[in-house]
Amino acid sequence: MKNIKFGLSLLLIVATFYALNTKLGSLPPLGKFLSPNQGVWLNEITEANTNNDIAIKGLSAPVTVKYDEHLIPHIFAQNNLDLYKAQGYVTAQHRLWQMEFQTHASAGRLSEIIGEKALDHDRQERRRGMGFGADNVLKKMKEDPEVLTFLEAYRDGVNNYINQLQPKDYPVEYKLLDYAPEPWTIKKTALLLMYMTKMLAGGDSDLEYTNALRKFGKERFDLLYPDFFDINEPIIPKDTDWSILENVQQTPIPEGELPLDSIAETMDKPHPNNGSNNWAVSGEKSYSGNPILANDPHLGLNLPSIWYVMQLATPQHNTFGATLPGALGIISGFNNHISWGETNATRDVIDWYKIEFKDETRKLYKYDGEWKNTSVRVEEIKIKNKKSYIDSVIYTHHGPVSYDHTFKGNGKKKVGYAMKWIGHVGGNIQSTFLDLNKGKNYNDYLNALKHFVAPAQNFVFASTEGDIAIWVQGKFPNKWKGQGKFLLDGSNPEHDWQSFIPQEHNAYVKNPERGFVSSANQHPVDETYPYYVFNDGYEPYRNRVINDFFRSKEKFNIQDFKDLHNNNYNLKASELLPYIFEHMDVSTLTPEEQDILNIIKLWDFNTEIDQLAPSIWASWWSKIFNLTWDEFELEDLALDKPFTYQTIYMLKNNPQDAFMDIVNTPEIEISKDLFLITFKETVKEIIDWKAKNGEYNWSNYKATFVGHLLQALPAFSRFNIPIGGDANTVNAASKNHGPSWRMIVEMTSPPTALGIYPGGQSGNPGSKHYDDLVDIWAAGKYLKLNFMQNPEATEGVLFTQTLTPNNE
Amino acid sequence: MNKKTINFALTLFLAYIFALFLPWWSVMVAALITSFLIPLRKAAVFIIPFLAVALLWIIQSWLLSSANDFILAKKIATLLPLGGNPTLLILVTGIIGGLAAGIAGIFGKQCKLVFK
Repeated sequence: MKNIKFGLSLLLIVATFYALNTKLGSLPPLGKFLSPNQGVWLNEITEANTNNDIAIKGLSAPVTVKYDEHLIPHIFAQNNLDLYKAQGYVTAQHRLWQMEFQTHASAGRLSEIIGEKALDHDRQERRRGMGFGADNVLKKMKEDPEVLTFLEAYRDGVNNYINQLQPKDYPVEYKLLDYAPEPWTIKKTALLLMYMTKMLAGGDSDLEYTNALRKFGKERFDLLYPDFFDINEPIIPKDTDWSILENVQQTPIPEGELPLDSIAETMDKPHPNNGSNNWAVSGEKSYSGNPILANDPHLGLNLPSIWYVMQLATPQHNTFGATLPGALGIISGFNNHISWGETNATRDVIDWYKIEFKDETRKLYKYDGEWKNTSVRVEEIKIKNKKSYIDSVIYTHHGPVSYDHTFKGNGKKKVGYAMKWIGHVGGNIQSTFLDLNKGKNYNDYLNALKHFVAPAQNFVFASTEGDIAIWVQGKFPNKWKGQGKFLLDGSNPEHDWQSFIPQEHNAYVKNPERGFVSSANQHPVDETYPYYVFNDGYEPYRNRVINDFFRSKEKFNIQDFKDLHNNNYNLKASELLPYIFEHMDVSTLTPEEQDILNIIKLWDFNTEIDQLAPSIWASWWSKIFNLTWDEFELEDLALDKPFTYQTIYMLKNNPQDAFMDIVNTPEIEISKDLFLITFKETVKEIIDWKAKNGEYNWSNYKATFVGHLLQALPAFSRFNIPIGGDANTVNAASKNHGPSWRMIVEMTSPPTALGIYPGGQSGNPGSKHYDDLVDIWAAGKYLKLNFMQNPEATEGVLFTQTLTPNNE
Repeated sequence: MNKKTINFALTLFLAYIFALFLPWWSVMVAALITSFLIPLRKAAVFIIPFLAVALLWIIQSWLLSSANDFILAKKIATLLPLGGNPTLLILVTGIIGGLAAGIAGIFGKQCKLVFK
């Protein structure tokens, strides 16, 4: 009896220990997780006057870090090595989990931490060649010995922080998912740069276009997806004379056919709204005579935010702005002499090649009439609590054969589709930012940009000397007309990228007559630019509102800049609704429908939070768009619906086009029928929505949220944020996407700047600095950036940390 | 002082001390040792260490969380899910700690009986 009881109680204690010490399903290990000496209670901290002195290995002199009231660190070091070491340490202190998570995501390693449900994601990233690209980036960066020492200093700073952590100090997410941080490496910085490259230059529609071309024919295709819209307000003004470019050689169009294969499914694309605004006005157009510059990158709205704001100073240079946790230096910011910011320079830098293998071993593929060797990159995907998944990816000289019979291909074992991507080429884009950080004038800016490969950006520039400029910078293949719009023939050498556009032929403008430069992801140039550029998803609305604004008067001040950042004018709606009101047959509307029509008829097209009309428009437009392109709803064929601008163009100019007809009705519909059918559906939906959720004003209806990086874990996310605008307004705030860092810099000496982002400096959900900037951002307000000129500054300082050398 | 009071006080004391250098299961060690040294009878074998550690964890978690306006406690109470109620989360914390200790207490008593 005694022994049975002992045995039972032993079993009970072992079971209890196991249950409370192990992650079960989505539940964290409850004993560990809730204990006050090891669990989340220790993360219940707002960073304050703590850790005044920290010993850091390998520093050459003490580094002073002043934190202001929003936890923005102002780092003062004696040299660059100490500076980047401190940047690594301080960033990790607030964003360690995010730094590791994003680089794991980039490398296709999420299964290691969240288990099998991430396997598809991980396979996709491996097949996209993210690791291959990161290896090439790393190789390039290592060729620059100075940059290499900075990368290593940053790594050492991060690891110094990791090494002093005990499990009880780990960020909440580690405790929740029950794992531990691993050491930072310089490869991880390369992976972070690849993460950004994928986000900004990882999209293409080649296979979807190939499907559309085969299905609809060339004439119809060209109507749906024109290289240029009928309006174009390019980044580089239309009056630019391109004949000044010497020795332009556009690649001639080769003979031969394009393969017209049918592809059912393609990989996930980056968010279509990834984009940005930037602009600068010259001294003549500025209220004070100083150039003023602004930037606001539009990205997914996440917590912790993609950005982390810092000041980085040495006796040689003093720089302030937004950093990317994991990368060195300031990415969008200013120093005492210059300011700069980026928007995405969308360009087709991904092409797909059909590969014919000799046999099912796939060791040889056809190229130039011969058989060429493939190579294999074995990808071992580790899975939490499971056996590893081995995915062998075949590589050709084009790049990885992403699609084959094992992954989204069309089942044929002897056929694959290889990806050629500028992101695989490798470039030392880190050094561009480090050079900008210390730049003093236009020439320094230009030299910094020259070696920037990808993701191509429109770099806006302003200096205290009075220059403004914008360069469309990236490494762009010099394509023959039409090259890479569709699937290419991987066996034909003439289908390879033949050369690159010489860097000095990239489009740019410096100190233009009109007194301002701007970009909003629109077409970089007009048709007269002597290289092939086609419409790869250029944004047709924001740029026109911005440029009209700068043409509307003589002088601009800071308030004008703020107003433009927060401008919610819906040019898209204004280009369709008047046409609808004129043509839609309203005779069959019920009184209820008539009421709602009257609301939207009175709309001034400002997409403000307290209005009803923007909600009606959003619901209506998505229905019009989808019904217009009902021909595209096919299960076994990957297709991209035509662009918004072209859709509205066709609704107005080709109202009786065959595409307007609804496929599954016997009648023949034209565009005004679509308006009426979708309007009635919209009213029904709006009424239902109202019955369920209450007033359908734009704020409630849009329900903007900032989601935690772990699939928007509700507990760590912010919901129902009242902010106006939509995807196509200058204030491009949509449901979970929008202005991720707003900055305005006036080039006084030293510069005066404002900045804000939808997040907070701390990555700790237990800190009041986790999301304290969200409401300020939503209200269209800014932080005055405290650009300290020396480490003795005391104004606005909350507390000071000193990093001291520890060279035992 | 009766044995229950002594057991309660010793469990509390050891749990507090062990937690300074051992992981979360320090409370189980504390209850096990106490129960071995001062065995109780019947339901008290479980209840006394349960109450001691529940009290300790409730006080400790409340002190840590109230100093920061329960910012994280509210979020964790949404996550688990406890309706976003930090008081409930503190109670659950106490129950989890208490459960671990109570069961360790039962085992401690059985050890004593076997090895006596």
